[in-house]
Amino acid sequence: MNNQKENTASACSSTTQKPTSSSLQTDILSYLSTHDELNTWTYANEHKIDHQLVIGTIRSIQSIGDIIKIEQHTNRSIAPSDEGKLLLQNGSYEYNLFQAIPADKGIEQPELMKFPNATIGFAKAMSSGWLQVDKSSKPAIVKRKVENVHDEVQNLLKRIQSLELQDASVKEVVELKKRKLVEDVIVNYFIVTKSSEFSTNIAKGEAELTAEMLQTGSWKTLNFKQYNFNAKGMMPSHGCLHPLLKVRTEYRQIFLEMGFTEMPTNNYVENSFWNFDALFTPQKHPARDVQDTFFLSDPAVTTTFPEDYLEKIKKVHSTGAFGSIGYQYEWAREEAQKNVFRTHTTAVSTRMLYKLAQEKIFKPVKYFSIDKVFRNENLDATHLAEFHQIEGLVADYNLTLGDLIGILYEFFRKLGMTKLRFKPAYNPYTEPSMEIFSYHEGLQRWIEVGNSGMFRPEMLLPMGFSEDISVIAWGLSLERPTMILYGIDNIRDLIGPKVDLEMCRQNPICRVIPAKIEE
Amino acid sequence: MPNIGIKRSLLFKELGQKYTDKEFDQLCFDFGIELDDIEPIPESNGEDVEYKIDIPANRYDILCLEGLSRALKIFLQKGELPKFTLSNQKLIRMKILPNTQRIRPIVVGAVLRNITFNADSYNSFIKLQDKLHQNLCRNRTLVAIGTHDLDTIKPPFIYDAREPKQIKFRSLNQQKEMQADEMLEFYSKDSHLKRYVSIIQESDVYPVIYDSNNVVLSLPPIINGDHSKMSVNTKNVFIECTAVDLHKANVVLNIMLTMFAQYCSKPFEIEPVEVEQVDGTVTVYPNLDDRVENVSVKKINKRIGIEVDAKTAATLLTRMSLRTKVIDPDTLRIEIPVTRADILHFCDIAEDCAVAYGFNNIHKTVPKTVCIGNQFELNRVSDLIRHSVAEAGFIEALTFTLCSCADVAEKFGKTIESIPAVHIGNPKTQDFQIGRTTLLPGLLKTIANNQGTALPIQLFEVSDVILKDLTRETGSRNERRLCAVFYNKTPGFETIHGLLDRIMTLVKVSYNENKSGNQGYYLNNQCEDTAFFPGRHAQVIANGGNIGIIGVLHPNVIEQFGLKLPCSILEINIEPFV
Repeated sequence: MNNQKENTASACSSTTQKPTSSSLQTDILSYLSTHDELNTWTYANEHKIDHQLVIGTIRSIQSIGDIIKIEQHTNRSIAPSDEGKLLLQNGSYEYNLFQAIPADKGIEQPELMKFPNATIGFAKAMSSGWLQVDKSSKPAIVKRKVENVHDEVQNLLKRIQSLELQDASVKEVVELKKRKLVEDVIVNYFIVTKSSEFSTNIAKGEAELTAEMLQTGSWKTLNFKQYNFNAKGMMPSHGCLHPLLKVRTEYRQIFLEMGFTEMPTNNYVENSFWNFDALFTPQKHPARDVQDTFFLSDPAVTTTFPEDYLEKIKKVHSTGAFGSIGYQYEWAREEAQKNVFRTHTTAVSTRMLYKLAQEKIFKPVKYFSIDKVFRNENLDATHLAEFHQIEGLVADYNLTLGDLIGILYEFFRKLGMTKLRFKPAYNPYTEPSMEIFSYHEGLQRWIEVGNSGMFRPEMLLPMGFSEDISVIAWGLSLERPTMILYGIDNIRDLIGPKVDLEMCRQNPICRVIPAKIEE
Repeated sequence: MPNIGIKRSLLFKELGQKYTDKEFDQLCFDFGIELDDIEPIPESNGEDVEYKIDIPANRYDILCLEGLSRALKIFLQKGELPKFTLSNQKLIRMKILPNTQRIRPIVVGAVLRNITFNADSYNSFIKLQDKLHQNLCRNRTLVAIGTHDLDTIKPPFIYDAREPKQIKFRSLNQQKEMQADEMLEFYSKDSHLKRYVSIIQESDVYPVIYDSNNVVLSLPPIINGDHSKMSVNTKNVFIECTAVDLHKANVVLNIMLTMFAQYCSKPFEIEPVEVEQVDGTVTVYPNLDDRVENVSVKKINKRIGIEVDAKTAATLLTRMSLRTKVIDPDTLRIEIPVTRADILHFCDIAEDCAVAYGFNNIHKTVPKTVCIGNQFELNRVSDLIRHSVAEAGFIEALTFTLCSCADVAEKFGKTIESIPAVHIGNPKTQDFQIGRTTLLPGLLKTIANNQGTALPIQLFEVSDVILKDLTRETGSRNERRLCAVFYNKTPGFETIHGLLDRIMTLVKVSYNENKSGNQGYYLNNQCEDTAFFPGRHAQVIANGGNIGIIGVLHPNVIEQFGLKLPCSILEINIEPFV
């Protein structure tokens, strides 16, 4: 293969005619009207036209309409090498050498050997029996042995050039290949046949309708070039929204449709009191470990708290209160003061509920939020140190676990999930606590889609709520359902600087489609 | 969430029934634990497997085969909760000396008499200590368990704290005696024990337990002595728990005792130990009394949303290891065993009732709560601006809130001290040292990772930065910003400038040609900022306030972020437009 050469265009260097594109177009169409098919390679060689020009013309005919069909083919063939082409023009070395010898008296050998390529020419002419050497005189004299010779090599090269001879196994061709006068080539060519709208008389037509044509009315009589509806259009310049935030919009919309009010979650820094203590999370809980939570060194602490409330929280943790035996440990204010990057948006829910409890008249609420939370995690394909938490809650008189299950069915139906099941779970601030599983038809298994529960009395009663008010709540991450929705395995392909902007551009409209309401 | 490994064959033997893995998975799901994984046991030649089960973090009573199988048997109504009793013979005494109060003030203990272990139960005994140490004991900081072969040591025992140089003994599985300070040095290189060394290392005295022959039982919370080492053949076990939290010490001791007393010659009988406190008072451990609560059936029904009568509720609760008697049609008397330290409140009892009833059998209802939904105005405005900027041809990015100091300071030719950032005290990587004070680094990094993309690259983000603000409760606040960048072979300042004009049109702030007063917006180029090309940046003034900056980035900044082409940027606070 190493002496093969990709060759589509220059195989035909002996182009003599340079027809204009339009005359060639006419020629090709009339050829096709009398022939079943046209082979571009053969046609180019027969008519001594550059192959690329033929192909270009074919393409332009094709762009006009459904006039011709083309089919690409590849062929291995042989062609004169660069040296071969020189011989094609000038004759073979041996032939030229022979012609250089005066027919009658011959020539002194050293003189003869001064001719170009005389060594090869001499050897070949000798083996062909064209010459004799008279060694009796000094220097030796070379004489013609025969009267006349034919330049077989040039002849062969001509036949190869004209594609008359394409069989690389013919003995003479093998000989020429050895002499590197002929080489293997790959030819890409087309077989052209007539198509439904074939005609020899095709006007090129106007490319575009112009303002001038409209003014003069000339469009009425002009022919217009057909559009190529197989090519793609030109993409309009456009921006786009981020794929994850498009999903956020859908979820946000779902909550709004369900009558939920959005909580102000624009406070990423929270203190441990509101992030943990108020949520009845004991001070030695693993979530409060430096391994799991980002603590701030500056500003390290919060010093102002609602002191009455703080006292109640202290009591419910350390000695128990409100019907709870508590955790029975020494609750430390210092621990509650520590600022953290909030580990959940439930810290905001807690602030909102506390505010609600301070109202003179209790009014039931439905709250939601979707915003960032932070964990001091080891990062991997599915975990980042920050992610979006989706949270919903309802506070009303006498809500039950059945109400929570009911509203979860409504919420997840909006996300297109109707097969749910609930597993008992543990969470410091909810009791009962339920993990939510949904059957994923694509993955053919149950997947965990969120967490939920009823806020503990130890969380609600210190705020000042009366005992008959309960709060049901649930949460999930935005990233996980989005990764499943888009089929993304690595979260860093979705969030952060490594996102592929092209992926963002190609990302379709996001529709989270609700399931039909079961009758 | 703790994960425990249990041999399937042993578990099914205890349960008196075989399950398929799928059936057992369903049982776990209903009970509130999770069959996380099934691992082969190579030695069993495919006969047996190990179930890896996730246990809720507050259920210390089901962290071993003994407890889990007991609870499941009761749940399946195949067994009853055992009655734990105390033996009444002369008690072993443990005396606490005053020095301990400086380091680890509490010790509790008890004895398991005439116990018979086999390889599996002994292994379970060791593993439970590990699990408790990791979870409830918070890596031995709060409580540390020491278990000893009582027949090798002589009571009474002394719990003291002494100077490290005064303590010398042969620790577990070691050949020679070491002084306590050397010992800690030694264990600070031990892959398993090194994490505990720091609990006491800096103290001038170390806690230590001696017997009456001056034999060291343990150096809590690090290591036991080799002398009292237990084995599968140990008949009498002395358990001590040293602690800084009495409640947790009691829970840990009770769990160890109630789980393994089933292997004693008198099952579930435990021998107490009396502890003489520093003030001379004597306390007897353990206290195995049930806690008794009366609860209303109506209240349970009301919380869960079910309608069960007292008898049914009692049956359900009994299945959850809570011995329950019906007092009257609305009152249940519940004896909460010491093993159920997770029951803090009525709501825990109500939940147990719901679990036994089956969460998935509860009739679902939709709350009747009627509310009108509202958006948070800042988010509404942000969304409107996001859409407008995308319509103007910019691609939205979503970058990290946390970043390194260099990302906001050095890379812009500034010092971190000059920036009002909030700092993280315990970052795991240099990438998360502070909260970002500007959205720009995230966008520049995004471009750096997308340099193959067709030019120009037009990116934006509408998100929060975090600024130190000592007037606020937590000493910091979020600020909602819009940041946009234009990256091309020329800086394209006019494009970014045009975007600003567009945004101002949209938020109905008109251009102020006078460049003064509190109306409209204009650019003030009388400012310095090392992040920008000299003379090619300005403050954005809107309605009299400085809301941000616009300009062409300094070539040093371009280089610092690994970029190659000019770049112009806009970053403004959008909160004034809400």
